[in-house]
Amino acid sequence: MATLDMTDPSDQRQALRRMLLIREFERAVRDNFADGEIPGFVHLYIGQEAVAVGACSALADDDYVTSTHRGHGHCLAKGMDERTLMAELYGRSDGYCSGKGGSMHAADLDEGMLGAQPIVGAGVPLATGAGLTAQLRDRDWVGLSFFGDGAFAEGQVHESINLAATWDLPAIYVVENNLYSEGMTYEKQHNVEDLADSAAAYGIPGVVVDGMDVEAVYDAVAEARERAARGDGPTLIEAKTYRYRGHYEGDPQPYRTQEEIDEWRENRDAIDTFATRLREAGVLDEGEREELQSAVEADVEAAVEYARDAPFPDPEEAYDDVFVEPNPDVEYFRERLGRTGGADR
Amino acid sequence: MSALDATGEQLSVREAIRTALREELARDDTVFLMGQDEEDGGSFEVTAGLYEEFGRDRVRDTPISETAQIGSGVGAAATGLRPVVNVSYSDFIAICFEPLMNQAAKMQYMFAGATEMPLTVRAIEGAGFNAAAQHSSTVHTLVSHLPGIKAVAPATPRGSKGLMKTAVRSNDPVVFFEHKNIYERTGPVPEDEDFTVPIGEAAVLREGADVTVVATQQLVGEALSVAEDRTDADVEVIDPQSLSPLDTDTIAESVRKTGRLVVADESPLSYGLHAEVATRVVENEFYSLDVPIQRVGVPDTPIPFSPPLEDEVLPTAEEIDLAVDRLV
Repeated sequence: MATLDMTDPSDQRQALRRMLLIREFERAVRDNFADGEIPGFVHLYIGQEAVAVGACSALADDDYVTSTHRGHGHCLAKGMDERTLMAELYGRSDGYCSGKGGSMHAADLDEGMLGAQPIVGAGVPLATGAGLTAQLRDRDWVGLSFFGDGAFAEGQVHESINLAATWDLPAIYVVENNLYSEGMTYEKQHNVEDLADSAAAYGIPGVVVDGMDVEAVYDAVAEARERAARGDGPTLIEAKTYRYRGHYEGDPQPYRTQEEIDEWRENRDAIDTFATRLREAGVLDEGEREELQSAVEADVEAAVEYARDAPFPDPEEAYDDVFVEPNPDVEYFRERLGRTGGADR
Repeated sequence: MSALDATGEQLSVREAIRTALREELARDDTVFLMGQDEEDGGSFEVTAGLYEEFGRDRVRDTPISETAQIGSGVGAAATGLRPVVNVSYSDFIAICFEPLMNQAAKMQYMFAGATEMPLTVRAIEGAGFNAAAQHSSTVHTLVSHLPGIKAVAPATPRGSKGLMKTAVRSNDPVVFFEHKNIYERTGPVPEDEDFTVPIGEAAVLREGADVTVVATQQLVGEALSVAEDRTDADVEVIDPQSLSPLDTDTIAESVRKTGRLVVADESPLSYGLHAEVATRVVENEFYSLDVPIQRVGVPDTPIPFSPPLEDEVLPTAEEIDLAVDRLV
């Protein structure tokens, strides 16, 4: 998805539309998961839309991002199509990963999405690797990793940032501090007020931004991208944000109060804040938010219909793509189990 | 050409691996090496001289961060490079099993083939140096158990060069195991730069009619010496070279001829390569077997430090000989 110019009114409206699309997509996932239509686990991004949209709007098409188990927002912000993404969540062959990935592994390398990543922190070295390719092959892209405050307790996150800092790789690390790591409060996980303080340990800039402010996130990532492109190395950005839903759908959330959630929703909501700001600046006409909302609702409804109508994969596809080159062991076991079909069965 | 009539220059295993890496670095500028002290030749001097020849972009020192080494290698492989990552001692794979097992092995599957994973991981394993439990393990069976990963552990200079070149050129992730106690082993290696050994092809190192010994790495040498010394049995020695995938056909064909099988491998005996080879033979050639299959390996202990203790647990030529005794 093309880079946005956040000083341009049309692009600002486009950013708002992307945030609305993510929220509406997630509402549909919430409802249809509750109805049993979507298999597996889902982890929703509602509340954090400003981070994905702010960051991805500052990136170029060729830039790579890695995501988290809460990845739908990043996928849509990076330019993935809501219908194909929904089909993947439904486990259908028309999904991005032909039904092999699902919610937790959605990926589209053509859009620079190196994969949702439910192993906490494990996307960070992958973005570092994308930056390494850019440096060795003289490419213009950067690797950006989204990860949560929980991931900041993982060793490989720190190894990867240190490696990128040491090698001045074109990489950006965006930690989305939503105050909860699964069901654990931030205070239980960390002993510092700002995770971005760790940047000092790598000798790179550490930036704290309001993750409920799409323009603040955009500005921080745009600056980090310029720095990376100059060859000056990575930046660590901490976006302070909030997760409206539980860790997973169905999470009883004994660790926080409804009052706390309501406080964020009513007074700090990223979409409301941005829409109000645009209206006050005269960028958004009266009724335009509702028009955008209706448009994304139609898009998401169409995505759900598309996913429902899409076929499931052929069971034989379970054996595809284990390796690029044929693997005699896979065939050996299939044959012995009588799973190769044909006359022997 | 079979391994039996191999010709070419005499190289050590170390030189064979280095030659393979040099040729691939020269052939394809997306290939690069990274690891600890790699600019100085890495562990056991395998890559000595390559930094001087190819420079820092292509031969790079990493921080001591095995997880980031493999993880960033996965990211680099998915975006267009062919990384050869050296994690030094294979024991350290314990630190970086996550990017190996969950990323390298699964990405192309989870993404339905949208990406390839041309990643090679070099891991130095094996005992014999009194290096104690955390620098002597043989872990190739752990890695061979991972769907989506290929594992090779050649025993000869010829196999080492040919398989390293195949690993680097492969669009699948390959873990290349080097036994630290056979780096000095020499043998003929074809000089042709396009010489490769396919992954999944065993090498018959000695033909024989009476007993099949499937032996790996260091134990290939022991098996060959047993074969030379036995006057009562004509022993065939097979180096599987590729552990996953495994060349079932070559091993089954040999057992069809001999009716007797010993499997000798330096990994712990439970649930490992021994069991896999034995099971495949039972699945395919049960009625060719004249006597029960015999296993030689480490009796499920870590590798101890003190020389008499290490000698106690390591498989030997005598144990292979004893296993053959039970068959003839």
